[in-house]
Amino acid sequence: MKQAAFENCYRDEIDRFEAWLDLAPKQRRRMKHDATTGLATDDVPAAYRHLCQLMALARDRQYSPDLVDRLNHLVLRGHHVLYGPAGGQRTRLLAFLANGFPALVRAERLLVLAAALLFFGPLLLLLVALQWHPDFVLHFVSPDQLAEYEEMYDPANARLGQRDSDDNVMMFAFYIWNNVKIGIQTFATGLAFGLGSVFYLLFNGTVIGAIAGYLTAVGHGEPFWSFVAGHSAMELIAIVLSGAAGMKLGGAVIAPGNLSRKAALVEAARPAIRIMYGAALMFLLAAFIEGFWSPLKVFPPTVKYAVGLALWALVVAYFTMAGRSRAT
Amino acid sequence: MLDTARQVATPEGIEITLRLAGPVPRALAYLLDLLIRGAALIALSIAVSALGQFGMAIFLLTAFLLEWLYPVVFEVLASGATPGKRAMWLMVLNDDGTPVRWPASLTRNLLRALDFLPFFYFIGLLAMVINSDFKRLGDLAANTLVVYREHKPLKASIPESAAAVPLVTLSLSEQRTLLDFAERTSRITPERAAELAEIVSPLVGDNTGQAAVRQIVGIANHLAGRG
Repeated sequence: MKQAAFENCYRDEIDRFEAWLDLAPKQRRRMKHDATTGLATDDVPAAYRHLCQLMALARDRQYSPDLVDRLNHLVLRGHHVLYGPAGGQRTRLLAFLANGFPALVRAERLLVLAAALLFFGPLLLLLVALQWHPDFVLHFVSPDQLAEYEEMYDPANARLGQRDSDDNVMMFAFYIWNNVKIGIQTFATGLAFGLGSVFYLLFNGTVIGAIAGYLTAVGHGEPFWSFVAGHSAMELIAIVLSGAAGMKLGGAVIAPGNLSRKAALVEAARPAIRIMYGAALMFLLAAFIEGFWSPLKVFPPTVKYAVGLALWALVVAYFTMAGRSRAT
Repeated sequence: MLDTARQVATPEGIEITLRLAGPVPRALAYLLDLLIRGAALIALSIAVSALGQFGMAIFLLTAFLLEWLYPVVFEVLASGATPGKRAMWLMVLNDDGTPVRWPASLTRNLLRALDFLPFFYFIGLLAMVINSDFKRLGDLAANTLVVYREHKPLKASIPESAAAVPLVTLSLSEQRTLLDFAERTSRITPERAAELAEIVSPLVGDNTGQAAVRQIVGIANHLAGRG
């Protein structure tokens, strides 16, 4: 078949499909026969497959480039519409939180435990060591910063962990901005053979441990611990999970198994980004607690400690028990 | 071979052609987005300056959302392109040519934190020039491509003329070249068309100038099956 005959034969059909593509997405979803294009929604896949066939023919027969380009363009647009997002994903968030997220974290428990060790190891070590040698803190934190922290957790302050002039909402926004950024950094740099995640876990564990240990040793322990108790579970575990997700990426690059490194990375990124959804939500919750509950001085330290411990128990129970019935 | 056209096989058993975008248009698109976000933040900071610390809270939250979610929201909800990409005629697609969804878009945009290191997307640029698909690390992990959005093609238009039979046998690719030339005659100057037509002396014979062009267009009409 020559090109002119081909065009005469299929011009109407091609134009019809183009007219359908030009419709607004809402109009396209109508099931009934569309007057302007003559295409019913049910007939579109068949029309699209035929268009694909026409393009293959046109290309194989070396018809003129403009015709092949136009068909390629229409097929591409059809491809985007037919294989595009399907909608109906809104109900999945609850299911993810109830089952998917804790199950996912348990599935990666080795990585999570390794990340926890890298983070809590130096944290606890410094916390204990600084009780005997508080000056050791100067290896990790500069004197200026230390003075700032001492001022923040001065037992004489009206509120805990914040300067008296700071507004709760402002601090909430600041915690989100700052903490989620740390989480994302810890995650993203893990792709570099896991090195970035390991570094940020060790680094943050060290700094937090140094400050906590120092403040406790110099007698600012009560305001410090009653401030951090509430949000510590959410925030620290979210950092650990970000690190684990980053190490998942790094692990795929180091040991891709039977896949190519690229394919292994793509495989590993799927669960890793889902862990990050959960971690982001935890950062959000932590920022909320840190902004509005943690600075309160109305409640005695024992209450703050009790709430903090209860939240730790809740978070640990969530990750060890939730979603087991659905786990495969 | 270094080729920026990428063939993607679809379930229908055909291949569609995507044209990959290189580092320069992507960097320009990024700079445009940076300008847009910067302008939005400056405007916001003026608007909320009267609100004191509450205004500061709004500013910080917006800065956070603009930094991490601005590209994601546009890529998923506005056919694969942030305003900057749209202006540069770029869009983000999955490797198989389908539109990106939340997980892929989030993956590629959160990994900006790594691509950006140690300064201004140095790692990202390095990754882009090393692999054949111009992917930065975020694209590698998310399995996404940045491609040129297709301009709506002109409808095929070989100028009508009396068909002329070529004096030599033409291979398929030679035929295609002639068809391509005939379509392009309307888009190039007549002088250039004549210059090109005169090159194929076995086909145009002693004809020169516009007569040579008419001869080739006539052969194209014959090849397309007109007249």
